[in-house]
Amino acid sequence: MDSNKYLDDISEIKNMMSRSSRFISLSGISGILAGCYALIGAALAYMRLKTFSSDNYSGFSGRTSNIWGNDLFNDLILIAVSVVALAVITGIILTIKKAKKSGEKMWDVSSKRLVLNFALPLLTGGLFCLVLLQYGVVGLVAPATLIFYGLACINASKYTMRDIRYMGIAFIILGLISTQFIGYGLYFWALGFGVCHIVYGALMHFKYDRNK
Amino acid sequence: MSIINNINKAFDHRIRLGIMSVLMVNDYADFKMLKELLGATDGNLASHTKALEKEEYILVEKQFIGRKPNTRYSATKLGKLQFKKHINALEKLIGK
Repeated sequence: MDSNKYLDDISEIKNMMSRSSRFISLSGISGILAGCYALIGAALAYMRLKTFSSDNYSGFSGRTSNIWGNDLFNDLILIAVSVVALAVITGIILTIKKAKKSGEKMWDVSSKRLVLNFALPLLTGGLFCLVLLQYGVVGLVAPATLIFYGLACINASKYTMRDIRYMGIAFIILGLISTQFIGYGLYFWALGFGVCHIVYGALMHFKYDRNK
Repeated sequence: MSIINNINKAFDHRIRLGIMSVLMVNDYADFKMLKELLGATDGNLASHTKALEKEEYILVEKQFIGRKPNTRYSATKLGKLQFKKHINALEKLIGK
């Protein structure tokens, strides 16, 4: 009995504990790319808003009645949906790649648990934002998305790298601050979904991915 | 002397260490999940879970999900306590 065997035992225990409870193949690069898409999306939305306000400025902030079926609104939704779709697809592809590399199964108990716990607050937030739109409280949509996304990250952090918790907290703080600057939602979105994602992705990449 | 006493023979195998590690951080795990995580064969895993069950370190529940039989394992209080002692003893032996 030498201490080498005990050392192996300890590392096996640690390995099993983390592998069975946390999904650790999330890719850092996908965070960076998601942030870039968000910034591009924000820039497109900004340009679209500018051309709109030069036509007829009624102000897209605060309360607006009848936003559904409005051209501007449709374009903004299209931009938002494309950004989210691109980010999710990139994330899935890069995560599959990383999982394959480290020999982890992509769709197992830990990843299912992660997705479920991330999706619950996020779906709640999504529905809540639809309700805000229903009542025409457009100005609070941006803060609400940031806050609920932050809560989703914090909830998911129990089932993946713990670091995602700090990004969640950053989103919540940003969301709360933005409630005091209604009408500047786009800037806060860019700061949160763009800059925060890029910073987080880069940190994760250097912390976990680079040396493997 | 006392350190050596805390090394538990019941955990002295890679598969058994693995089973206990998984059950320490998860409320329960089923047979398939353990098999995939540990990379063990059916027979191998079954004999090790049986040994741990006999020591009353883990609890085995057999149930049906739809029509498929499903075996669920969870760690008992005794099992968790003994495993913690075992880990502490290992750490002391290594000298941290």
